[in-house]
Amino acid sequence: MLNLIARRLALGVLVAFTVMTLAFMLTRLSGDLAISIAGPQASQADVEIIRKAYGLDRPLYVQFFSWVGRAMIGDFGQSYFFKDSVANLIGRRLPITLTLGLVGLSLALVISIPLGILAALRENSWIDRGVTMFTMVGQAIPSFWLALILMIVLGLNLGILPISGTGTWQHFVMPGIVLAFTAIPALTRLTRSGMIDAMASDYIRTARAKGLSRARIVLKHALRNAAIPVVSIAAVQLGFMLGGSIVIETVFALHGVGYLGWESIAKNDFPVVQAVVLVLAAIYIGLTLLSDILNALLDPRLRTG
Amino acid sequence: MSALLEIEDLAVTFGSRSAAVRGASLRVEKGETHCLVGESGCGKSVTALAIMNLLARGGQRSATQMSFAGTDLLSLSDREMARLRGNRISMIFQEPMTSLNPAFTVGSQMAEVLTRHRGGSRTAALERSVELMGRVGITAPEMRLGQFPHQLSGGLRQRVMIAMALMCDPELLVADEPTTALDVTVQAQILRLLATLKRELGLAILLITHDLGIVARVADRVSVMYAGEVVERAPTAELFRSPQHPYTRGLLSCVPVPGRVRRDRPLGSIPGVVPAISPGFAGCAFRSRCSYADATCAHEIPRRSAGAARDYLCRLAPGITEPQPA
Amino acid sequence: MSEPIAIHAPLTPRVGMAGFAVGIAIVAFIVVVALVGNTFVPHDPFTQDLGNRLKPPFWMEGTQGEHLLGTDQLGRDYLARLAYGARISLLIGIMTVITSGLIGITLGVLGGFFGGRVDDAVLFAITTRLSIPVVLVALAVVGLMGSGLGLVVATLGLLLWDRFAVVARATTMQIRNLDYVNAARCAGASTAHLLIKEILPNIASHLAVVATLEMALAILLEAALSFLGLGVPPPLPSWGLMIAEGKDYMFFSPWVIMVPGVALFVLVLGINLVGDGLRNLLGAERLR
Repeated sequence: MLNLIARRLALGVLVAFTVMTLAFMLTRLSGDLAISIAGPQASQADVEIIRKAYGLDRPLYVQFFSWVGRAMIGDFGQSYFFKDSVANLIGRRLPITLTLGLVGLSLALVISIPLGILAALRENSWIDRGVTMFTMVGQAIPSFWLALILMIVLGLNLGILPISGTGTWQHFVMPGIVLAFTAIPALTRLTRSGMIDAMASDYIRTARAKGLSRARIVLKHALRNAAIPVVSIAAVQLGFMLGGSIVIETVFALHGVGYLGWESIAKNDFPVVQAVVLVLAAIYIGLTLLSDILNALLDPRLRTG
Repeated sequence: MSALLEIEDLAVTFGSRSAAVRGASLRVEKGETHCLVGESGCGKSVTALAIMNLLARGGQRSATQMSFAGTDLLSLSDREMARLRGNRISMIFQEPMTSLNPAFTVGSQMAEVLTRHRGGSRTAALERSVELMGRVGITAPEMRLGQFPHQLSGGLRQRVMIAMALMCDPELLVADEPTTALDVTVQAQILRLLATLKRELGLAILLITHDLGIVARVADRVSVMYAGEVVERAPTAELFRSPQHPYTRGLLSCVPVPGRVRRDRPLGSIPGVVPAISPGFAGCAFRSRCSYADATCAHEIPRRSAGAARDYLCRLAPGITEPQPA
Repeated sequence: MSEPIAIHAPLTPRVGMAGFAVGIAIVAFIVVVALVGNTFVPHDPFTQDLGNRLKPPFWMEGTQGEHLLGTDQLGRDYLARLAYGARISLLIGIMTVITSGLIGITLGVLGGFFGGRVDDAVLFAITTRLSIPVVLVALAVVGLMGSGLGLVVATLGLLLWDRFAVVARATTMQIRNLDYVNAARCAGASTAHLLIKEILPNIASHLAVVATLEMALAILLEAALSFLGLGVPPPLPSWGLMIAEGKDYMFFSPWVIMVPGVALFVLVLGINLVGDGLRNLLGAERLR
């Protein structure tokens, strides 16, 4: 298994490097950076000063490798607008995004898994259809719209939750709910189909023939097998959630990495944009690796034989 | 003397489309190896599952009588039946490769049967697992405890299934085609094992099979099943010597016997195919393929006796049908 | 990275013909609205009327009869803007799916058919694409290069091809060794012929299902981008943009965000129903 991890890790590094290249190219899309930074009012002389100051006069590949080199040791340069090192900025904001992600994922799992099990056990009943409808609705609701609705209902009308900002745990509730909603449909359906397959399997028939209690059959024997893909996909879902949290963080003014990305795009703060893309991609890569490891840990067939 | 397992007129339907079992009656005595034999699709596996109340969704069972050691199985709730399963009646299945849970060790799957029905510590249960694995011929049983099913061969897995079925000392073992998926040599070993267990433990076995060779080897008594009905019941030797039901005759004539097969004659076969039976079918299901059929065969068929502990479902009197030369 | 195939959604239970029919009805209705809706609404979606701002819709009091769904913060007729927005959503959805479909299917079929190094490269591309935070990158592109319908379509098209590639690859791999393909190969068919005549028609049904899902996703993404101000530029009434514009007034006049939001929801739901119905109809196997 160590061999497996080593290979995945190597692949991950390669992907990260590719993403770095893409991120670098991304910020160079708008053409001359110096002009963007200097702003529309600047004179030619000002632009030249800025160009030199930010090292934008060097050849492109020099800029690239210098960035890569420093990024490897965690130095993402200075933000153009925040008067702070990019690393510091991200470092401060990352815990917020991670917290949001974990809150969202936990909520999603707490809802999806029981719903999926219920739907599977009552296959084709009205409960099952209800769960399906619920997942279809969840998939169709735009997350930012749901966020606004929750703000109106929970924040304004009922007044029980703050509608923006960061600070207390209450600030994570509504964003967490909205984030959970992006993952619930897929996780519920995955749990449901996994449980249906498991319950129809021969080893469950054996478990029933052994006279085990229903609870034990469903929750131990069936779930244990059905959960394997759910767990590993949950890790990947977390990666998607973290990458997609930008919309939710922005709507709720939650000061996480996504919001930072949004702010820096608005301000043309390129080093930050590059770094945020890279960091989010790196987290996703790490999570897929984690997902593979979890898969191997949970499925004995992958571990030994 | 009342039998260990007594079933009278069992019927199993799946919705309005199919009557998998129409009238199955059988008796298994204590300590007896009883074979339920028939072609694929005749309903023998469904019968076994109906006894255990393990029918797939949509399956409905009914019977005039279905009792085990005096207890009426039909009146038991699923929870009460679960207390019998794995405990006093055990079942093993045809596909050892997929019948064990891949996520748990062999030891834990065996131990949980004992702790579920008899309580006790896990250690004690694991010890019993080792003892039984040794009894069924598994080498290095202590090592097997921590192994996962995918690490064992098909034959080994089936032995584990048998050992697991014996954890609580059941009185009856229902074995649904336990050797069909295994190599011939392994098959022989498993059959020998079952015979030994029967001898040493006084275990009654209801063995479901399509293989007459197995029947000849291990069965004390046989019930022959065709299209959802038990058409003939007899002690093994007598069945082979003088089968009464036309289907049984046909079946036996299909089996080539070394030394008796004549080169210039075709192997026996029964013309036609097994009909699909829907609920409401009346009369004998074999009549479309039977050379003795007449108009009365479309109505109620009498059960005739052919001696002590022998009967069969046919309008023909005993002795009329003669064995066909092979 | 493990194969990305497992990431994508498994089968739902039978949505049933009812669901499929409802989905088609919804989508058909919105297509009709997009095509001819604005000719039936008496107002123009862009004409401002600052004296008539934020009038409520017909079911609330204070409504102005001729504006059935009221007016927005610049006095523009809401119904007209809603109908026009249908055009935008559908256009974006379709154009994105065509673009991403072309890219993804090509990559997937090539990788699935040729295997080996080609497949390794395709898998690497897919994995890299999956690692990229899509919304952020889309925002960055639009932010750096300016808003515009064409740019949004191009960006989303270049980003949303992954599922096409995964499904095309998996299905191609499944059938590339089947007998009829081998038979054609033995008869001397060229690779191009094999790909176009034998493989593509047989994976088309699976790809149609993906197309519906991707279309729904594209519509939602465009709405999010426009909501954040980096999508379709005003005054074009993208539904996402309408929600953003209404955000400032939502506490007093909630219909301003409810109406376009419901429109988005219904459209996406309809497309998803069609997709699921297609999947059940075609008996598509689970791709694992």
